[in-house]
Amino acid sequence: MIEIQNLNKSFGDKEVLRNINATFYPGQVNVVIGASGSGKSVLMKCMVGLVLPDTGKILYKGEDFIAIDYKTKKEIREQIGMLFQGSALFDSLTVEENVDFPLKMFSNMTKEERLERVNFCLQRVKLENANKLFPSEISGGMKKRVGIARAIALNPKYLFCDEPNSGLDPVTSRVIDLLIKEITEEYNITTIMNSHDMKTLFDIGDNVTFIYKGDLEFEGTIEDFRNSPSPLIEEFLGASYFQR
Amino acid sequence: MLLFYNFGRYLLFLASMFSKPEKIGIYISRTFNEMVSIGINSLPIVAIIALFSGGVSTIQTSYQLIASWISKTIIGSIVSDTVILEFAPTITCLVLAGKIGSSIASEIGTMKVSEQIDALEVMGINSTGYLALPKIIAGVIMIPMLIIIAMFLGIWGGMMAGVATGILPAELFMEGARGSFKTFNVMFALIKATSFGFIITSISCFQGYFTEGGALEVGKSSTNAVVYSSVMILCADYVIAQLFL
Repeated sequence: MIEIQNLNKSFGDKEVLRNINATFYPGQVNVVIGASGSGKSVLMKCMVGLVLPDTGKILYKGEDFIAIDYKTKKEIREQIGMLFQGSALFDSLTVEENVDFPLKMFSNMTKEERLERVNFCLQRVKLENANKLFPSEISGGMKKRVGIARAIALNPKYLFCDEPNSGLDPVTSRVIDLLIKEITEEYNITTIMNSHDMKTLFDIGDNVTFIYKGDLEFEGTIEDFRNSPSPLIEEFLGASYFQR
Repeated sequence: MLLFYNFGRYLLFLASMFSKPEKIGIYISRTFNEMVSIGINSLPIVAIIALFSGGVSTIQTSYQLIASWISKTIIGSIVSDTVILEFAPTITCLVLAGKIGSSIASEIGTMKVSEQIDALEVMGINSTGYLALPKIIAGVIMIPMLIIIAMFLGIWGGMMAGVATGILPAELFMEGARGSFKTFNVMFALIKATSFGFIITSISCFQGYFTEGGALEVGKSSTNAVVYSSVMILCADYVIAQLFL
């Protein structure tokens, strides 16, 4: 479980996040939604330690990720898998080497054991025959799947997905969504997903955190979100294809 | 103020590289790969520069020494000293700043804008240590080696140009070169080469690492890496000469 308490972040004079309080649960897909520029990505970057918040706490199983020492932070980071919006695969490495990378860096497995794990992860994301291809030789959807395979290679406890289906066609997008849902439930991972895709939200989301211009507007279940009387939520849902 | 800000950031960047590596073997292997990329892959361009600068140096020295009472061995002496003291370390490193510097800055810059560096950080890897340190170590080791090769080829190129154009026979050239040879000059050139190797790789890594934006900014970082490295090489060249000569 991850808890966020009174989180604030500004860039210069611009307040990007104001007093955010939220909880993300294990074994569930926790979707953070909001319009472009609402602060979703900054919140995710704060949570994984890429951006330092001005004030507030980010608690991983009760331990404040900002205040803890370097060693403990590193241990928590090894339990984090992240799927980036642009996949962020290492261009100079093949698909197999990309998935193997965290194993090589952090595990004590032998080469054979690592290869077995890599093949398992690639099978899990239905990419059996792409081991020797480079990222430049595969499609956007395949890159996302390799990104997921790399993220789950070390059996993470926390999976962060930054707009996992942006730029994908509806069929591939659904494949990626279902894959994230399956993995989350199968391994009891705390998944936090940034999205502004309502279809993704209603298809695979368990909890919703709605951010509007840097403020937390709603936190709760999908049903509560659907039935919320908030005019901002109504507007957001009304503008999307899936209306109530 | 911006100069001090960037210099401070550069020092912090260098300091951030030193943390306990996750797996030392991976860092050693990366350093060897970078040594091949920086050293072996630069050998052709270094050889071409050295041969031609040595050759041109012989022809121009001979053109300026027209008095018949000046011994022709002086050409070998001047050319070998010039090659060892200046042409091999400085001119070669200025060209290497263009070749290696732009390559490093664009590689790291592209990794930055495509979130690959963020991916390393999220995994808990010290990205500066993982990306920059092997390149800097490789540069500091391999550039002096390239400069030693450039010295040999520069002097040889000078001798061959003298023979080919009929300016002086090889024996006279080598007699002059041997006569003026000082071990200190080679040491001085290697001190310069080591410093220039550090300047080229560290500045280029720094420029690449702090790239923000997209393809346009990667290009700008690459250009800045070459410009700043070249300027710093010339400044360091002056300072080292002042200190040691």
